[in-house]
Amino acid sequence: MSALLRAGATELAGLIASGEVSAREVTAAHLDQIAAVDDRVKAFLHVDGERALASADAVDAKRAAGEKLGPLAGVPLAMKDIFTMQGAPTTCGSRILEGWMPPYNSTITDKLLAADVIVLGKTNMDEFAMGSSTENSGYFATHNPWDNALIPGGSGGGSAAALAAFEAPLAIGTDTGGSIRQPASVTGTVGVKPTYGGTSRYGVVAMASSLDTPGPCARNVRDAALLHSVIGGWDPRDSTSINAPLPDLLGAVERADVAGMRIGVVTEFGGEGYQPGVEQRFSEALAVLEQLGAQIVEVSCPNFEYALAAYYLIMPSEVSSNLARFDAMRYGLRVGDDGVNSVEEVMNLTRGAGFGAEAKRRIIIGTYALSSGYYDAYYGSAQKVRTLIKRDFDAAFDKVDVLVSPTTPTTAFPIGERVDDPLAMYKADLCTIPSNLAGNCALSLPVGLSPDNGLPVGFQVMAPVLADDRLYRIGAALEAELNRNWGASLLDQFADSPAGAYLNVGSIR
Amino acid sequence: MALTTGDVGRLGELARIRLTPDELAHLAPQLDVILQSVATVTEVATADVPPTSHALPLTNVFRDDVVTPSLPVAAVLAAAPATEDNRFRVPRILGEEA
Repeated sequence: MSALLRAGATELAGLIASGEVSAREVTAAHLDQIAAVDDRVKAFLHVDGERALASADAVDAKRAAGEKLGPLAGVPLAMKDIFTMQGAPTTCGSRILEGWMPPYNSTITDKLLAADVIVLGKTNMDEFAMGSSTENSGYFATHNPWDNALIPGGSGGGSAAALAAFEAPLAIGTDTGGSIRQPASVTGTVGVKPTYGGTSRYGVVAMASSLDTPGPCARNVRDAALLHSVIGGWDPRDSTSINAPLPDLLGAVERADVAGMRIGVVTEFGGEGYQPGVEQRFSEALAVLEQLGAQIVEVSCPNFEYALAAYYLIMPSEVSSNLARFDAMRYGLRVGDDGVNSVEEVMNLTRGAGFGAEAKRRIIIGTYALSSGYYDAYYGSAQKVRTLIKRDFDAAFDKVDVLVSPTTPTTAFPIGERVDDPLAMYKADLCTIPSNLAGNCALSLPVGLSPDNGLPVGFQVMAPVLADDRLYRIGAALEAELNRNWGASLLDQFADSPAGAYLNVGSIR
Repeated sequence: MALTTGDVGRLGELARIRLTPDELAHLAPQLDVILQSVATVTEVATADVPPTSHALPLTNVFRDDVVTPSLPVAAVLAAAPATEDNRFRVPRILGEEA
């Protein structure tokens, strides 16, 4: 069954549509893989095999009846536990939502089901998407498939780990400050933060509404483009959704040509705090792009160094407001309702018991930043920095087609290393945050293993608002050339290596 | 400026989060370090820079005023911590003397 697990989503969709394999076989193989390896990886919070197999049978019946199949018919997907789906619990990695069964589907869930995707289950995440390691989950930490002692990134560590452990060929996540791209970087997978408003937030549990962006996760660039084209587009139920057609993402993958493109290297993202092995693989990828005909130039974005500080004021401010909805009244946990305690006391006790440490830190920082007397100095200043970062992007995109940087300054770090040092944890998102503040799109793809430690290094491409196709054009060109040089993709190399032997999908068992 | 455990406790009450003495002792120094770090935004946020609250320009839009189905009452109440007479049951909202 390992061939079905190693196949990408595009390939599986083709095999199922042509009848070479059934959707049931594909789904069963992935459920078996989850049963075999997820006690080590811990990517999933919830798996519903019965439902997945029933959906697969429905796809097979549709095909047998000659009905038109969706573009991802029968392809399994791992869903970050932040998207609502009827019949499956949505916890957002929080104890305050333990066991919550949402009464409606997110728009993206509806689009996936309409495309005949098979949802295998819900993946682990940092509580309410707050973190860069998945250690802030209220349930358990997820382990990096490359080395189980390391973090898989976060907040979407479960989705990225499920891909790298060959438990699913596709996953979805949300990216508020890097929660799709940073996990992709440290697991050797591909992750895309679409243009803000290009993917619907309806039915996605809100963290910071002006920044939250759902997006695709995959093992290769083409699969990410295919998934993006399925989940993207205008949604009248999301008030900040962009009413414009998606660019031709699959056409961009076909084109895969960078000749004549101007690629700007952000000069502020490098040096102190960046691992030498990360910088080395990044420079080598630039050389490959240059060889393919791109023009590489250096671009300074002087205000990017203030992005992290602005983000850690704007995001907690929005968090403190958004998470007020968890008030123990209509759904979720309720503590201390003894007939004597007031409603306020029940809220105090419930939120004290139900939220984890990072959620509490951020709610309190947001409450402080928005409080009278501090509002102008903190929240007001951060909003001004947001303007300066947008101006840096605007000036840069006058000169270049895209900007590039390492996705994150280091490779995966050990579980436990940064849990008690929030600032060190926050720095994992140093290079990803500017695109959330400015709303433009960005992609991370693997560009090799760090010579320091043999772990995956991610390469970030940032493109202007609504130019998501450029991400895929460059991503597909770079990926194809690297795979040619290596002879196999990084994840294929991993699957066939001794370190990946426990996944039972490679030549070494 | 140093954030005391008293300050953090007060912020916790404002945010309706009851914090234990251990949590207060742990959180106060962490929050202090974070706030000092993020205060660097004031270095470049000069008076001539307008604030941005949203990344993309948005204009208000209106939809037609048509009735669409709501969720069934039973489906919504199914997730409630407590219900009574087909409604959410909540703890008392007024003080003892009211």
